[in-house]
Amino acid sequence: MNARLLKFIGFAIVAVFMALPLAVVAGVSVNEKQSLIFPPQGFSLAWYAQIFTDPGWRAALIASIVLAALSAALAVLIALPLSWFLWRRIAPWANVFRLLGVAPFILPPVITALGLLTFWATLGVYGQPWTAVISHAIFFVTLPLVTLSLGFTSIDRSLVEAAATMGADDRTVLRTVVLPLILPYLVSGYAFAFVLSLNEYIVAYMTVGFTVETLPIKIFNALRYGYTPTMASVSIFFVAIAALVFSLIARFGDLPRLLGAMRSDDS
Amino acid sequence: MRREPPRHLADYAPLTFPAAMLVVFFVVPFSTMIAVSFFRRQQGGFYTPDLVLENYGRFLSTFFAGVLGFSLMLAVMVAVICVAIAFPFTYLLTKSSRRVQIVWLVCLLSILSLSEVIIGFAWSTLFSRTAGITNLLVAAGLMAEPEALLPGFGAVLTAMVYQAMPYTILVLYPALVRLDPTLLEAARTLGASPLRGFFDIIVPALRNTIMATLIMVFVFALGSYLLPQILGRPQHWTLSVHITDQAIYQSNMPFAAAMAVFLVLISLALVGLTLLVGSRREAT
Repeated sequence: MNARLLKFIGFAIVAVFMALPLAVVAGVSVNEKQSLIFPPQGFSLAWYAQIFTDPGWRAALIASIVLAALSAALAVLIALPLSWFLWRRIAPWANVFRLLGVAPFILPPVITALGLLTFWATLGVYGQPWTAVISHAIFFVTLPLVTLSLGFTSIDRSLVEAAATMGADDRTVLRTVVLPLILPYLVSGYAFAFVLSLNEYIVAYMTVGFTVETLPIKIFNALRYGYTPTMASVSIFFVAIAALVFSLIARFGDLPRLLGAMRSDDS
Repeated sequence: MRREPPRHLADYAPLTFPAAMLVVFFVVPFSTMIAVSFFRRQQGGFYTPDLVLENYGRFLSTFFAGVLGFSLMLAVMVAVICVAIAFPFTYLLTKSSRRVQIVWLVCLLSILSLSEVIIGFAWSTLFSRTAGITNLLVAAGLMAEPEALLPGFGAVLTAMVYQAMPYTILVLYPALVRLDPTLLEAARTLGASPLRGFFDIIVPALRNTIMATLIMVFVFALGSYLLPQILGRPQHWTLSVHITDQAIYQSNMPFAAAMAVFLVLISLALVGLTLLVGSRREAT
Protein backbone atom coordinates (compact mmCIF):
# COMPACT_ATOMS: atom_id res chain seq x y z
CA MET A 1 0.00 0.00 0.00
CA ASN A 2 1.03 3.57 -0.58
CA ALA A 3 3.11 4.78 2.39
CA ARG A 4 1.43 8.19 2.54
CA LEU A 5 -2.00 6.61 2.62
CA LEU A 6 -0.91 4.22 5.36
CA LYS A 7 0.39 7.14 7.41
CA PHE A 8 -2.84 9.07 6.91
CA ILE A 9 -4.96 6.11 8.01
CA GLY A 10 -2.78 5.59 11.09
CA PHE A 11 -3.08 9.23 12.09
CA ALA A 12 -6.83 9.19 11.46
CA ILE A 13 -7.40 6.14 13.69
CA VAL A 14 -5.44 7.65 16.59
CA ALA A 15 -7.17 11.01 16.10
CA VAL A 16 -10.64 9.43 16.16
CA PHE A 17 -9.78 7.37 19.25
CA MET A 18 -8.46 10.42 21.11
CA ALA A 19 -11.31 12.72 20.01
CA LEU A 20 -14.31 10.40 20.20
CA PRO A 21 -15.06 10.54 23.96
CA LEU A 22 -14.67 14.30 23.99
CA ALA A 23 -16.87 14.68 20.92
CA VAL A 24 -19.66 12.73 22.59
CA VAL A 25 -19.34 14.78 25.79
CA ALA A 26 -19.42 17.98 23.72
CA GLY A 27 -22.56 16.61 22.03
CA VAL A 28 -24.46 15.83 25.22
CA SER A 29 -23.39 19.16 26.76
CA VAL A 30 -25.62 21.06 24.32
CA ASN A 31 -28.75 18.93 24.83
CA GLU A 32 -31.76 21.11 25.41
CA LYS A 33 -33.29 18.84 28.06
CA GLN A 34 -31.56 17.46 31.11
CA SER A 35 -30.97 14.02 29.67
CA LEU A 36 -27.99 11.97 28.57
CA ILE A 37 -28.78 11.59 24.87
CA PHE A 38 -26.54 11.52 21.83
CA PRO A 39 -26.89 12.79 19.14
CA PRO A 40 -28.10 15.90 21.02
CA GLN A 41 -31.73 16.94 20.78
CA GLY A 42 -32.09 20.65 20.27
CA PHE A 43 -29.27 23.07 21.00
CA SER A 44 -28.69 25.03 24.15
CA LEU A 45 -25.72 26.62 25.87
CA ALA A 46 -27.63 26.81 29.15
CA TRP A 47 -25.41 24.15 30.77
CA TYR A 48 -22.34 26.26 30.08
CA ALA A 49 -24.01 29.27 31.69
CA GLN A 50 -24.78 27.07 34.68
CA ILE A 51 -21.06 26.70 35.50
CA PHE A 52 -21.06 30.40 36.35
CA THR A 53 -24.61 30.96 37.61
CA ASP A 54 -25.17 27.90 39.79
CA PRO A 55 -23.66 28.72 43.23
CA GLY A 56 -22.30 25.19 43.77
CA TRP A 57 -20.49 24.93 40.44
CA ARG A 58 -19.25 28.51 40.63
CA ALA A 59 -17.82 27.96 44.11
CA ALA A 60 -16.06 24.80 42.90
CA LEU A 61 -14.66 26.65 39.87
CA ILE A 62 -13.33 29.47 42.05
CA ALA A 63 -11.85 27.01 44.57
CA SER A 64 -10.07 25.15 41.76
CA ILE A 65 -8.69 28.30 40.14
CA VAL A 66 -7.45 29.75 43.44
CA LEU A 67 -5.84 26.44 44.38
CA ALA A 68 -4.18 26.07 40.96
CA ALA A 69 -2.91 29.67 40.88
CA LEU A 70 -1.42 29.55 44.38
CA SER A 71 0.05 26.04 44.23
CA ALA A 72 1.65 26.64 40.80
CA ALA A 73 3.21 29.85 42.16
CA LEU A 74 4.58 28.01 45.19
CA ALA A 75 5.90 25.22 42.95
CA VAL A 76 7.80 27.80 40.87
CA LEU A 77 9.15 29.44 44.04
CA ILE A 78 10.56 26.06 45.10
CA ALA A 79 11.87 25.11 41.66
CA LEU A 80 13.54 28.41 40.70
CA PRO A 81 16.19 28.69 43.45
CA LEU A 82 16.82 24.95 43.30
CA SER A 83 17.41 24.82 39.56
CA TRP A 84 19.47 28.03 39.73
CA PHE A 85 21.68 26.53 42.43
CA LEU A 86 22.15 23.31 40.44
CA TRP A 87 23.14 25.36 37.38
CA ARG A 88 25.41 27.82 39.20
CA ARG A 89 27.24 25.51 41.60
CA ILE A 90 29.13 22.26 41.31
CA ALA A 91 27.48 20.27 44.07
CA PRO A 92 26.61 16.74 42.97
CA TRP A 93 24.96 15.88 46.29
CA ALA A 94 22.40 18.66 45.70
CA ASN A 95 20.95 16.50 42.93
CA VAL A 96 19.24 14.60 45.75
CA PHE A 97 16.79 17.50 45.88
CA ARG A 98 16.17 17.33 42.16
CA LEU A 99 15.34 13.64 42.65
CA LEU A 100 13.01 14.51 45.55
CA GLY A 101 11.26 17.05 43.34
CA VAL A 102 10.70 14.55 40.55
CA ALA A 103 9.72 11.59 42.77
CA PRO A 104 6.07 12.56 43.49
CA PHE A 105 5.44 12.77 39.76
CA ILE A 106 6.94 9.37 38.91
CA LEU A 107 5.37 7.40 41.76
CA PRO A 108 1.68 6.48 41.61
CA PRO A 109 -0.22 9.61 42.81
CA VAL A 110 -2.13 7.75 45.50
CA ILE A 111 1.16 7.35 47.41
CA THR A 112 1.86 11.08 47.63
CA ALA A 113 -1.79 11.63 48.50
CA LEU A 114 -1.76 9.10 51.32
CA GLY A 115 1.57 10.37 52.67
CA LEU A 116 0.23 13.91 52.84
CA LEU A 117 -3.04 12.71 54.39
CA THR A 118 -1.21 10.97 57.25
CA PHE A 119 1.11 13.96 57.63
CA TRP A 120 -1.64 16.61 57.88
CA ALA A 121 -3.71 14.35 60.14
CA THR A 122 -0.73 13.85 62.46
CA LEU A 123 -0.20 17.63 62.64
CA GLY A 124 -3.90 18.09 63.39
CA VAL A 125 -4.55 20.45 60.49
CA TYR A 126 -6.32 17.90 58.26
CA GLY A 127 -8.89 19.59 56.03
CA GLN A 128 -7.50 23.15 56.23
CA PRO A 129 -7.72 24.66 52.71
CA TRP A 130 -4.09 25.88 52.74
CA THR A 131 -2.81 22.33 53.15
CA ALA A 132 -4.06 21.60 49.64
CA VAL A 133 -1.95 24.48 48.27
CA ILE A 134 1.25 23.05 49.77
CA SER A 135 0.27 19.50 48.80
CA HIS A 136 -0.30 20.46 45.15
CA ALA A 137 2.87 22.55 45.05
CA ILE A 138 4.94 19.55 46.17
CA PHE A 139 3.05 17.19 43.88
CA PHE A 140 3.61 19.37 40.79
CA VAL A 141 7.03 20.92 41.56
CA THR A 142 8.43 18.50 38.96
CA LEU A 143 7.00 20.54 36.08
CA PRO A 144 8.66 23.93 36.74
CA LEU A 145 11.76 22.03 37.88
CA VAL A 146 12.05 20.26 34.53
CA THR A 147 11.25 23.31 32.37
CA LEU A 148 13.57 25.58 34.40
CA SER A 149 16.45 23.08 34.32
CA LEU A 150 16.00 22.97 30.55
CA GLY A 151 15.95 26.77 30.49
CA PHE A 152 19.21 27.02 32.42
CA THR A 153 21.01 24.53 30.18
CA SER A 154 19.97 26.63 27.18
CA ILE A 155 21.74 29.75 28.52
CA ASP A 156 24.92 30.54 26.67
CA ARG A 157 27.52 30.69 29.44
CA SER A 158 29.64 33.21 27.54
CA LEU A 159 26.86 35.78 28.01
CA VAL A 160 27.01 35.28 31.74
CA GLU A 161 30.80 35.38 31.72
CA ALA A 162 30.78 38.61 29.74
CA ALA A 163 28.53 40.19 32.35
CA ALA A 164 30.77 38.94 35.16
CA THR A 165 33.90 40.23 33.42
CA MET A 166 32.33 43.66 33.23
CA GLY A 167 31.97 43.56 36.99
CA ALA A 168 28.42 42.36 37.55
CA ASP A 169 27.92 40.39 40.74
CA ASP A 170 25.73 37.29 41.08
CA ARG A 171 22.62 39.27 41.90
CA THR A 172 23.00 41.64 38.96
CA VAL A 173 23.72 38.80 36.55
CA LEU A 174 20.66 36.98 37.80
CA ARG A 175 18.40 39.99 37.37
CA THR A 176 19.69 41.38 34.08
CA VAL A 177 20.84 38.29 32.17
CA VAL A 178 19.58 35.04 33.62
CA LEU A 179 15.99 35.87 34.54
CA PRO A 180 15.06 37.40 31.17
CA LEU A 181 16.53 34.38 29.39
CA ILE A 182 14.67 31.79 31.43
CA LEU A 183 11.39 33.72 31.64
CA PRO A 184 9.67 31.65 28.89
CA TYR A 185 10.61 28.45 30.72
CA LEU A 186 9.38 29.88 34.00
CA VAL A 187 6.04 30.82 32.45
CA SER A 188 5.60 27.40 30.82
CA GLY A 189 6.51 25.65 34.07
CA TYR A 190 3.86 27.71 35.86
CA ALA A 191 1.30 27.01 33.13
CA PHE A 192 1.92 23.25 33.18
CA ALA A 193 1.58 23.13 36.96
CA PHE A 194 -1.53 25.35 36.83
CA VAL A 195 -3.40 23.21 34.31
CA LEU A 196 -2.52 19.93 36.04
CA SER A 197 -3.49 21.28 39.46
CA LEU A 198 -6.82 22.42 38.02
CA ASN A 199 -7.52 18.83 36.96
CA GLU A 200 -6.03 17.00 39.93
CA TYR A 201 -8.36 14.80 41.96
CA ILE A 202 -6.74 12.33 44.36
CA VAL A 203 -4.36 14.61 46.30
CA ALA A 204 -7.02 17.31 46.68
CA TYR A 205 -9.59 14.71 47.67
CA MET A 206 -7.39 13.06 50.30
CA THR A 207 -6.24 16.34 51.85
CA VAL A 208 -9.27 18.63 51.73
CA GLY A 209 -11.97 16.41 50.19
CA PHE A 210 -14.38 16.89 53.08
CA THR A 211 -14.00 20.65 53.45
CA VAL A 212 -13.34 22.11 50.00
CA GLU A 213 -14.99 21.05 46.76
CA THR A 214 -12.73 21.56 43.75
CA LEU A 215 -14.21 21.00 40.30
CA PRO A 216 -12.87 17.45 39.78
CA ILE A 217 -14.16 16.51 43.26
CA LYS A 218 -17.52 18.08 42.46
CA ILE A 219 -17.77 16.22 39.13
CA PHE A 220 -16.99 12.91 40.83
CA ASN A 221 -19.48 13.52 43.64
CA ALA A 222 -22.13 14.47 41.09
CA LEU A 223 -21.29 11.38 39.02
CA ARG A 224 -22.15 9.12 41.96
CA TYR A 225 -25.68 10.49 42.16
CA GLY A 226 -26.33 10.23 38.46
CA TYR A 227 -25.94 12.44 35.47
CA THR A 228 -26.28 16.22 35.22
CA PRO A 229 -25.48 18.01 31.94
CA THR A 230 -23.29 20.55 33.77
CA MET A 231 -20.74 17.75 34.19
CA ALA A 232 -20.46 17.60 30.41
CA SER A 233 -20.18 21.36 29.96
CA VAL A 234 -17.55 21.67 32.72
CA SER A 235 -15.51 18.86 31.12
CA ILE A 236 -15.51 20.62 27.75
CA PHE A 237 -14.70 23.91 29.48
CA PHE A 238 -11.62 22.26 31.06
CA VAL A 239 -10.51 20.75 27.75
CA ALA A 240 -10.78 24.23 26.26
CA ILE A 241 -8.69 25.80 29.04
CA ALA A 242 -5.96 23.16 28.64
CA ALA A 243 -5.95 23.52 24.84
CA LEU A 244 -5.77 27.31 25.15
CA VAL A 245 -2.86 27.25 27.64
CA PHE A 246 -0.81 24.74 25.64
CA SER A 247 -1.52 26.59 22.38
CA LEU A 248 -0.20 29.77 23.97
CA ILE A 249 2.93 27.93 25.11
CA ALA A 250 3.34 26.58 21.57
CA ARG A 251 2.74 30.03 20.09
CA PHE A 252 5.19 31.93 22.32
CA GLY A 253 7.61 29.18 23.26
CA ASP A 254 9.27 26.20 21.70
CA LEU A 255 6.97 23.29 22.54
CA PRO A 256 8.97 20.49 20.84
CA ARG A 257 12.06 21.66 22.70
CA LEU A 258 10.21 21.82 26.03
CA LEU A 259 9.15 18.22 25.48
CA GLY A 260 12.74 17.17 25.05
CA ALA A 261 13.10 17.28 21.29
CA MET A 262 16.51 18.88 21.03
CA ARG A 263 19.62 17.53 19.44
CA SER A 264 21.71 15.66 21.96
CA ASP A 265 24.74 17.82 21.18
CA ASP A 266 23.23 21.03 22.53
CA SER A 267 21.92 19.61 25.77
CA MET B 1 31.00 33.19 35.49
CA ARG B 2 31.90 29.56 35.59
CA ARG B 3 30.22 26.88 37.63
CA GLU B 4 32.04 26.62 40.89
CA PRO B 5 31.63 24.67 44.09
CA PRO B 6 29.96 26.57 46.93
CA ARG B 7 32.64 28.08 49.19
CA HIS B 8 30.89 30.16 51.82
CA LEU B 9 27.90 29.27 53.88
CA ALA B 10 26.03 32.08 52.12
CA ASP B 11 26.44 30.24 48.82
CA TYR B 12 24.01 27.64 50.11
CA ALA B 13 21.33 30.25 50.85
CA PRO B 14 19.27 29.70 47.66
CA LEU B 15 19.02 26.03 48.49
CA THR B 16 17.46 26.49 51.94
CA PHE B 17 13.86 27.19 50.95
CA PRO B 18 13.48 24.45 48.28
CA ALA B 19 15.33 21.92 50.44
CA ALA B 20 13.23 22.72 53.51
CA MET B 21 9.97 22.50 51.55
CA LEU B 22 10.85 19.19 49.92
CA VAL B 23 12.08 17.62 53.15
CA VAL B 24 9.24 18.86 55.35
CA PHE B 25 6.40 18.24 52.90
CA PHE B 26 7.64 15.22 50.98
CA VAL B 27 10.26 13.28 52.96
CA VAL B 28 8.51 13.70 56.31
CA PRO B 29 5.00 12.75 55.03
CA PHE B 30 6.51 9.80 53.22
CA SER B 31 8.23 8.65 56.41
CA THR B 32 5.03 9.25 58.41
CA MET B 33 3.22 6.96 56.01
CA ILE B 34 5.85 4.24 56.43
CA ALA B 35 5.62 4.61 60.23
CA VAL B 36 1.81 4.40 60.17
CA SER B 37 2.04 1.15 58.21
CA PHE B 38 3.47 -0.44 61.38
CA PHE B 39 0.89 1.12 63.73
CA ARG B 40 -1.97 -0.69 65.38
CA ARG B 41 -5.47 0.11 64.22
CA GLN B 42 -8.05 1.27 66.77
CA GLN B 43 -11.79 1.13 66.31
CA GLY B 44 -13.35 4.28 64.86
CA GLY B 45 -10.63 5.20 62.43
CA PHE B 46 -7.84 5.92 64.91
CA TYR B 47 -4.49 4.26 65.25
CA THR B 48 -1.85 4.10 67.96
CA PRO B 49 1.94 4.05 67.59
CA ASP B 50 3.18 0.49 67.75
CA LEU B 51 5.35 -1.91 65.83
CA VAL B 52 3.13 -4.62 64.44
CA LEU B 53 3.45 -6.53 61.22
CA GLU B 54 -0.18 -7.57 60.93
CA ASN B 55 -0.89 -4.88 58.31
CA TYR B 56 1.66 -6.54 56.08
CA GLY B 57 0.43 -9.98 57.14
CA ARG B 58 -2.86 -9.28 55.39
CA PHE B 59 -1.00 -9.38 52.07
CA LEU B 60 -0.80 -13.13 52.41
CA SER B 61 -4.54 -13.59 51.83
CA THR B 62 -5.86 -14.97 48.54
CA PHE B 63 -8.03 -11.86 48.18
CA PHE B 64 -5.01 -9.60 48.23
CA ALA B 65 -3.08 -11.88 45.89
CA GLY B 66 -6.02 -11.63 43.49
CA VAL B 67 -6.06 -7.81 43.66
CA LEU B 68 -2.31 -7.61 43.13
CA GLY B 69 -2.37 -10.09 40.26
CA PHE B 70 -5.20 -8.21 38.57
CA SER B 71 -3.51 -4.79 39.02
CA LEU B 72 -0.24 -6.03 37.54
CA MET B 73 -1.95 -7.83 34.66
CA LEU B 74 -4.05 -4.76 33.81
CA ALA B 75 -1.00 -2.46 33.91
CA VAL B 76 1.00 -4.84 31.68
CA MET B 77 -1.83 -4.97 29.13
CA VAL B 78 -2.16 -1.18 29.09
CA ALA B 79 1.61 -0.76 28.66
CA VAL B 80 1.88 -3.27 25.82
CA ILE B 81 -1.14 -1.92 23.91
CA CYS B 82 -0.02 1.71 24.32
CA VAL B 83 3.55 1.12 23.19
CA ALA B 84 2.44 -1.08 20.27
CA ILE B 85 0.23 1.75 18.96
CA ALA B 86 2.26 4.75 20.11
CA PHE B 87 5.65 3.65 18.77
CA PRO B 88 4.79 3.56 15.05
CA PHE B 89 2.51 6.57 15.53
CA THR B 90 5.20 8.69 17.21
CA TYR B 91 7.71 7.63 14.57
CA LEU B 92 5.41 8.90 11.81
CA LEU B 93 4.73 12.04 13.84
CA THR B 94 8.43 12.92 14.02
CA LYS B 95 8.60 12.57 10.23
CA SER B 96 5.80 15.13 9.80
CA SER B 97 6.18 18.87 9.39
CA ARG B 98 6.86 20.96 12.48
CA ARG B 99 3.41 22.51 12.23
CA VAL B 100 1.66 19.12 12.26
CA GLN B 101 3.83 18.04 15.18
CA ILE B 102 2.91 21.09 17.24
CA VAL B 103 -0.82 20.67 16.65
CA TRP B 104 -0.60 17.05 17.77
CA LEU B 105 1.53 17.92 20.80
CA VAL B 106 -0.96 20.57 21.94
CA CYS B 107 -3.87 18.11 21.60
CA LEU B 108 -2.00 15.30 23.38
CA LEU B 109 -0.94 17.58 26.24
CA SER B 110 -4.52 18.79 26.64
CA ILE B 111 -5.78 15.22 26.96
CA LEU B 112 -2.90 14.19 29.22
CA SER B 113 -3.67 17.00 31.63
CA LEU B 114 -7.36 16.07 31.80
CA SER B 115 -8.67 14.93 35.13
CA GLU B 116 -9.20 11.18 35.51
CA VAL B 117 -12.71 12.13 36.60
CA ILE B 118 -13.38 13.73 33.23
CA ILE B 119 -11.88 10.83 31.27
CA GLY B 120 -13.98 8.40 33.29
CA PHE B 121 -17.10 10.46 32.73
CA ALA B 122 -16.42 10.78 29.00
CA TRP B 123 -16.01 7.03 28.52
CA SER B 124 -19.00 6.22 30.70
CA THR B 125 -21.00 8.45 28.34
CA LEU B 126 -19.51 6.83 25.26
CA PHE B 127 -20.29 3.36 26.61
CA SER B 128 -23.77 4.25 27.90
CA ARG B 129 -26.97 2.91 26.37
CA THR B 130 -28.65 6.25 25.66
CA ALA B 131 -25.72 8.31 24.36
CA GLY B 132 -23.18 5.67 23.54
CA ILE B 133 -21.33 4.30 20.58
CA THR B 134 -23.86 1.48 20.14
CA ASN B 135 -26.37 4.08 18.90
CA LEU B 136 -24.06 4.68 15.94
CA LEU B 137 -23.92 0.96 15.22
CA VAL B 138 -27.73 0.78 15.39
CA ALA B 139 -27.99 3.73 13.01
CA ALA B 140 -25.61 1.94 10.65
CA GLY B 141 -27.78 -1.16 10.82
CA LEU B 142 -25.11 -3.31 12.46
CA MET B 143 -27.00 -3.77 15.73
CA ALA B 144 -30.67 -4.12 16.56
CA GLU B 145 -30.76 -2.41 19.96
CA PRO B 146 -28.39 0.04 21.67
CA GLU B 147 -26.83 -1.45 24.80
CA ALA B 148 -24.59 -0.40 27.66
CA LEU B 149 -20.96 -1.53 27.41
CA LEU B 150 -20.21 -0.92 31.07
CA PRO B 151 -19.40 -1.82 33.76
CA GLY B 152 -16.87 -4.31 32.54
CA PHE B 153 -13.25 -5.16 31.98
CA GLY B 154 -13.28 -3.94 28.37
CA ALA B 155 -14.47 -0.49 29.46
CA VAL B 156 -11.74 -0.20 32.13
CA LEU B 157 -9.01 -1.34 29.73
CA THR B 158 -10.12 0.98 26.91
CA ALA B 159 -10.27 4.04 29.15
CA MET B 160 -6.90 3.27 30.72
CA VAL B 161 -5.30 2.89 27.29
CA TYR B 162 -6.89 6.23 26.38
CA GLN B 163 -5.47 7.85 29.51
CA ALA B 164 -1.97 6.41 29.05
CA MET B 165 -1.70 6.94 25.27
CA PRO B 166 -0.70 10.66 25.32
CA TYR B 167 1.80 9.88 28.08
CA THR B 168 3.33 7.05 26.04
CA ILE B 169 3.62 9.22 22.92
CA LEU B 170 5.24 12.08 24.86
CA VAL B 171 7.73 9.71 26.52
CA LEU B 172 8.71 8.22 23.14
CA TYR B 173 8.78 11.55 21.31
CA PRO B 174 12.25 12.85 22.38
CA ALA B 175 13.99 9.54 21.62
CA LEU B 176 12.39 9.27 18.19
CA VAL B 177 13.03 12.91 17.27
CA ARG B 178 16.72 12.51 18.04
CA LEU B 179 17.00 9.32 16.05
CA ASP B 180 19.69 9.60 13.41
CA PRO B 181 17.82 9.91 10.06
CA THR B 182 20.78 8.50 8.12
CA LEU B 183 20.05 5.06 9.61
CA LEU B 184 16.88 4.64 7.62
CA GLU B 185 18.35 6.35 4.57
CA ALA B 186 21.12 3.77 4.51
CA ALA B 187 18.58 0.97 4.69
CA ARG B 188 16.54 2.54 1.88
CA THR B 189 19.62 2.98 -0.29
CA LEU B 190 20.35 -0.71 0.16
CA GLY B 191 16.88 -1.49 -1.15
CA ALA B 192 14.77 -2.04 2.00
CA SER B 193 11.11 -1.00 1.88
CA PRO B 194 10.05 1.69 4.42
CA LEU B 195 8.13 -0.93 6.44
CA ARG B 196 11.08 -3.33 6.46
CA GLY B 197 13.43 -0.48 7.39
CA PHE B 198 11.14 0.40 10.29
CA PHE B 199 11.00 -3.12 11.71
CA ASP B 200 14.58 -4.19 10.91
CA ILE B 201 16.43 -0.96 11.69
CA ILE B 202 14.40 1.48 13.83
CA VAL B 203 12.82 -0.99 16.25
CA PRO B 204 16.07 -2.86 17.10
CA ALA B 205 18.01 0.41 17.37
CA LEU B 206 15.55 1.66 19.99
CA ARG B 207 14.88 -1.53 21.92
CA ASN B 208 16.19 0.03 25.16
CA THR B 209 13.88 3.01 24.69
CA ILE B 210 10.96 0.67 24.06
CA MET B 211 11.77 -1.32 27.20
CA ALA B 212 12.09 1.83 29.33
CA THR B 213 8.83 3.22 27.94
CA LEU B 214 6.99 -0.03 28.67
CA ILE B 215 8.08 0.18 32.31
CA MET B 216 7.18 3.89 32.63
CA VAL B 217 3.71 3.34 31.17
CA PHE B 218 3.30 0.31 33.44
CA VAL B 219 4.00 2.44 36.54
CA PHE B 220 1.70 5.17 35.17
CA ALA B 221 -1.11 2.62 34.70
CA LEU B 222 -0.55 1.25 38.23
CA GLY B 223 -1.48 4.73 39.49
CA SER B 224 -4.92 4.78 37.88
CA TYR B 225 -7.43 4.96 40.73
CA LEU B 226 -10.73 6.33 39.38
CA LEU B 227 -11.29 4.59 36.04
CA PRO B 228 -11.67 1.09 37.61
CA GLN B 229 -14.20 2.59 40.04
CA ILE B 230 -16.24 4.46 37.46
CA LEU B 231 -16.15 1.90 34.63
CA GLY B 232 -15.57 -1.45 36.34
CA ARG B 233 -17.11 -3.78 38.89
CA PRO B 234 -15.55 -4.27 42.35
CA GLN B 235 -13.54 -7.23 41.03
CA HIS B 236 -11.85 -4.79 38.62
CA TRP B 237 -10.54 -2.61 41.43
CA THR B 238 -6.80 -2.13 41.39
CA LEU B 239 -4.35 -1.70 44.27
CA SER B 240 -4.62 2.10 43.99
CA VAL B 241 -8.41 1.93 44.37
CA HIS B 242 -8.14 -0.34 47.41
CA ILE B 243 -5.63 2.02 49.05
CA THR B 244 -8.07 4.93 48.67
CA ASP B 245 -10.95 2.75 49.83
CA GLN B 246 -9.15 1.56 52.98
CA ALA B 247 -7.91 5.06 53.85
CA ILE B 248 -11.14 6.99 53.34
CA TYR B 249 -14.11 4.62 53.56
CA GLN B 250 -12.86 1.77 55.77
CA SER B 251 -10.85 4.19 57.96
CA ASN B 252 -8.03 1.68 58.16
CA MET B 253 -5.00 3.94 57.73
CA PRO B 254 -2.36 1.41 58.81
CA PHE B 255 -3.47 -1.15 56.22
CA ALA B 256 -3.78 1.54 53.51
CA ALA B 257 -0.27 2.73 54.38
CA ALA B 258 1.11 -0.81 54.23
CA MET B 259 -0.39 -1.30 50.77
CA ALA B 260 1.03 2.07 49.67
CA VAL B 261 4.51 1.12 50.90
CA PHE B 262 4.20 -2.10 48.92
CA LEU B 263 3.17 -0.13 45.81
CA VAL B 264 6.17 2.19 46.30
CA LEU B 265 8.51 -0.79 46.43
CA ILE B 266 7.11 -2.23 43.19
CA SER B 267 7.29 1.17 41.45
CA LEU B 268 10.78 1.97 42.74
CA ALA B 269 12.09 -1.42 41.66
CA LEU B 270 10.70 -0.82 38.18
CA VAL B 271 11.89 2.80 37.95
CA GLY B 272 15.33 1.59 39.04
CA LEU B 273 15.20 -0.96 36.24
CA THR B 274 14.33 1.85 33.79
CA LEU B 275 17.34 3.89 34.89
CA LEU B 276 19.51 0.82 34.49
CA VAL B 277 18.16 0.18 31.00
CA GLY B 278 18.47 3.88 30.13
CA SER B 279 22.06 4.16 31.32
CA ARG B 280 23.20 1.58 28.83
CA ARG B 281 24.15 3.33 25.62
CA GLU B 282 21.55 3.19 22.89
CA ALA B 283 22.84 1.18 19.95
CA THR B 284 22.46 4.05 17.50
